[in-house]
Amino acid sequence: MKPSPLDYLNNAAGPRAQSILPMTWFTLGISIVVCVIIAILLWFAVRRARHGDRLVEMRSIPVERGGEGIRWIGVGLIISAVPLAATLVWTMLTLAAIAGPPAHPGLILDVTARQWWWQIQYNGLQPTDVFATANEIHIPVGVPVLVRLHGGDVIHSFWVPKLSGKTDVIPGQTNLSWMQADSPGRYLGQCSEFCGFQHAHMQFDVVAETQADFDKWQALQREPAPPPVTPEQTRGLALVEYRCGLCHRVRGTEAGAISAPDLTHLMSRRSLAAGTLLNNSGNLVGWIQNPQNIKPGSQMPNQYLSAQQLSDALAYLESLK
Amino acid sequence: MRQPDFRTPAIGITSLELEARLLRLWETSPGLKGFLTSVDHKQIGIRYIVTAFAFLALGGIEALAMRLQLAGPNLTLLTPAEYNQLFSTHGMTMIFLYAAPVLSGFSNYLWPLLLGSRDMAFPRLNALSYWIYLASGLFLYAGFLTGNGPNDGWFNYVPYASRDFNPGLNEDFYALGMVFLGISTTVGAANFIVTAFRTRAPGMSINRLPIMVWGTLTASVANVIVVPAVSLAFFMLWMDRQFGTQFFDPAGGGQPLLWQHLFWIFGHPWVYAIVLPAMGMVSDGLPVFCRRPLVGYSLVALSTVATMILGFGVWVHHMFATGLPGLGLSFFSAASIVIILPSAVAVFAWIATIRLGRPVITTAFLFFSSMILLFVIGGVSGFMTASVPVDWQLTDTYFVVAHLHYVLIGINVFPVVGATYFWFPKMTGRMLDEQLGRWNFWTMFLGFNLAFLPMHLTGLLGMPRRVYTYNDYGGWHALNLITSIGAFVFAIGVLLLFVNVLRSLRSGAVAGKNPWDAPTLEWSVSSPPPPYNFAVIPTLASRHPLWEDRLGNQGVVSNMERGMLLDEGKETIATTALDAAPDMVLEMPEDSAAPVLLTLGLAVLFVALLLKVWLAVGIGAAIAALALLAWFWPRSELRERTPAHG
Amino acid sequence: MVEAALSKPENLPVGPIGRHGVGWWGISTLIVSEAALFGYLLFAYFYTGATAPAGWLLEPAPRLTLALPNTILLLLSSVVAWWAEQGIVKRRRPQALIGFGVAFLMGAGFIAVQWLEWRSKTFSLGTSSYASLYFVTGGVHIAHVLVGLVILIVIFGWTALDFFSPRRRLVVSAAVLYWYFITIASVLVFSTYYLTPYLGFGQ
Repeated sequence: MKPSPLDYLNNAAGPRAQSILPMTWFTLGISIVVCVIIAILLWFAVRRARHGDRLVEMRSIPVERGGEGIRWIGVGLIISAVPLAATLVWTMLTLAAIAGPPAHPGLILDVTARQWWWQIQYNGLQPTDVFATANEIHIPVGVPVLVRLHGGDVIHSFWVPKLSGKTDVIPGQTNLSWMQADSPGRYLGQCSEFCGFQHAHMQFDVVAETQADFDKWQALQREPAPPPVTPEQTRGLALVEYRCGLCHRVRGTEAGAISAPDLTHLMSRRSLAAGTLLNNSGNLVGWIQNPQNIKPGSQMPNQYLSAQQLSDALAYLESLK
Repeated sequence: MRQPDFRTPAIGITSLELEARLLRLWETSPGLKGFLTSVDHKQIGIRYIVTAFAFLALGGIEALAMRLQLAGPNLTLLTPAEYNQLFSTHGMTMIFLYAAPVLSGFSNYLWPLLLGSRDMAFPRLNALSYWIYLASGLFLYAGFLTGNGPNDGWFNYVPYASRDFNPGLNEDFYALGMVFLGISTTVGAANFIVTAFRTRAPGMSINRLPIMVWGTLTASVANVIVVPAVSLAFFMLWMDRQFGTQFFDPAGGGQPLLWQHLFWIFGHPWVYAIVLPAMGMVSDGLPVFCRRPLVGYSLVALSTVATMILGFGVWVHHMFATGLPGLGLSFFSAASIVIILPSAVAVFAWIATIRLGRPVITTAFLFFSSMILLFVIGGVSGFMTASVPVDWQLTDTYFVVAHLHYVLIGINVFPVVGATYFWFPKMTGRMLDEQLGRWNFWTMFLGFNLAFLPMHLTGLLGMPRRVYTYNDYGGWHALNLITSIGAFVFAIGVLLLFVNVLRSLRSGAVAGKNPWDAPTLEWSVSSPPPPYNFAVIPTLASRHPLWEDRLGNQGVVSNMERGMLLDEGKETIATTALDAAPDMVLEMPEDSAAPVLLTLGLAVLFVALLLKVWLAVGIGAAIAALALLAWFWPRSELRERTPAHG
Repeated sequence: MVEAALSKPENLPVGPIGRHGVGWWGISTLIVSEAALFGYLLFAYFYTGATAPAGWLLEPAPRLTLALPNTILLLLSSVVAWWAEQGIVKRRRPQALIGFGVAFLMGAGFIAVQWLEWRSKTFSLGTSSYASLYFVTGGVHIAHVLVGLVILIVIFGWTALDFFSPRRRLVVSAAVLYWYFITIASVLVFSTYYLTPYLGFGQ
């Protein structure tokens, strides 16, 4: 059975999540031990009880004030106080260590959360270095990354379990999160604040790669879209500019709207519709034509394209690597 | 003839003649008129309980629908819109329309009997709190049943709840319905507070109150202070949605987090308010089945109050991920850890009581004792989320869903079912069937744990909450399937409770005054009690009046045979706050139509506000005003005015 | 021989005497609840203002020309209401009637002046969060004053019908307590909106 990609209990892949992991196990361990102790105490207490299928004649059992029980409360409180105090201190230390954004982030990203997708903007010294992508974040391994969170519509929450805890994305304020991956890999992220119909389908990938691979990826993403080559692609481009461009952006073309994911390098991404579908031809066509069937309530309306139009669009979009 | 302003109450013993006279003075009119105008706390209490159980059933059906949808990955039984209304309505129903009202119902029924009084301090207000509860519950469900149910979760965050993102009537139903319901909660709480402090039997000093009274009293004081916060929040939301105010819209300088603060300033004390009275019922009922007084009474009473006070200072733990500064988070994290200590006092007291007593297995005992384990499981998962960094991973996953169900079902539902088995004989004169009771208990216990214990793991494996479907990551499918099966088993258990109640009403074994040989005052009167509760007002000398002969009270014992008769009208005794020394003869009102008419006026008002029909708003307000005028019109028999001349 | 406790109180008041009665506890509890409501309204103001950018205050130096005398008017009306209650306590019914009547007029005057001040504002309900808080807080207060005015009319009527005596008048005392409450609420709302900007809040 595949492990859950959102599992934060069994391993962590970066220092921020790693600092939390031992505390999670510690508190979980204490919790289980406490439950077992209480269960045992209860069992030994109840075991002595009188049984009866019929209603026991209550009056026949003597009532007595009984032994000093206050001791139980005192002992119980004192024993409980120890793990509580330890947790309190450990909490403060961990919070101090990981809460604040890193003093020298190696990368600063601006993430805008919208119903039901993630826009990520990469910055740079020149205006041409700035680019936006959607639902997939690439970061270099071993580098602290500052994430500035912007609320596009309602409250969402940014969560990559293997790298970091949750930070809400709230309209009207810019929350800061940070993460660092210490080993290369693909880490799944999930929106974690109920945000409407498709909260269930609002995921994103964080891809950690070597600095060299990251630089290559970033350079590619900075490029505008390649011009169309085949006649289908040319027709496809026209269609994309005319139709998709109402909401989407493809840099280097007339499609320039920003209310939907940037498609300039669509094929470089693993998934479609914020983690809902794997990015392949069949799914792409299915998504374009009938998004309401796959992600009902999403902002993208069904397209009602003809077979020819679909195939042209596909031809063009698949060139956006 | 002018009645005297002062009087020395006649003292005597009961007699058939006295009882007949009291019956005439106190009984409710028969038929529909009596039903609508009754101010008898016992009738009101039973209505609360029955209505609350009806909402429990509705909320349960909503849960089962969701569990069917979540039994497997990517199922399509429910659309996202339907699912969102279901989970929101389920939460609203359970937390607002079941959990608090059922405790109000038991408290309403039992308090005067526990306190040695003939009714609550404000009988008409009592009736009002029920009618408004019913009307607001129907109002809220009118939304759900017309496809306009709340759809943003029970805590309803903005901006999703605002008109831009939620244009239908869903949120308006929820907002106005909650303001309406808040009136019921507030007046009910006021009634409990004044009753607890002013209408007890002589000698029932503050350290002789049953823990259930401490629990409901504490919850009521909290409610009076915090319900206005949520009413204001919902009112502001309605204003933002319908009148363009900018309380929560960042575009207009509003603050989405203002909603969260106002909501949770209410919400956290509220969750203590829906468990502390139930914990009190366990503290009062469990010792009966251990044949000894509760261990550590004073500590348990004080820890009840301490938990509530600390409970005012932890609300931000629902907001740990919102980006608040670390210093503030630390304070609330520390408070959330510290609050575990007073809540733990009761757990140790209960275990000690069983261990040092002579436990007897009855169905009530099974529910009261098993809840201790469920309480602890819910408590430790809360402990885990109290630590901010850990909470950053746990929050908004199924771990929290597991936690909240353990605390709510473990510390509210299980005690309530135990209380039903315990007090049903007093309320109806019949015993619930013990055999069926065992089936009831084991099905509920096993079903509940089957459903919710694995859910902790589901959350630890990363499944977010409030999702209408999911992919099969690492065992999510298996865990969700187990949870769904457990939910259905649990539902069968609850059904068995209803079956037991309905059967036993007709053919249960007849119960005498005191089938459990329990120590408190309610067991000294008949089952069911007469409308006037006590023919003579008892005088208390200890916490366990009916056990004094066996607990070896030296010196003075309680007196249930001889006392004040208070039979010159519909009367009970008012006493001082701490020592319960009598200080006034309290004249009680007759059956009155004012509460139900006031509720009708308010219902018209709220429906009219929902539909924005301003004329009807005026009509509703006018009806309400007239009902209030009739209610408060000074009456000589209540000594609110000088006697009418001539 | 164990003795059974017996409470044998003598000469107990029957029903409420003066302010001594369960109704006094009832109105006090209601007032605590309503006071909490105002508390949360003011919390909303301070929280929104503290987290807002500069320029949030639409009136950095609010004009006191109408608001201050108006608050004083309401304070004086509380004195008049006290005096009216004394009329019942001291069996001087004309004093009670005049007092309740004048208090009513002063309360009505308060609302009229408030209305005039609102009309002169350059912002309206939906202009910004400051504006919404200003009008809704003031509006909630006005609603409470309106309820108080209705109560005063009713008390006036019942006094005219000679219902009350020094002993039997709890509802009058409850009404006057409610009037004190809305006066204090007015002072707090006024201080928050009109005085704290001068102390630097929200600037």
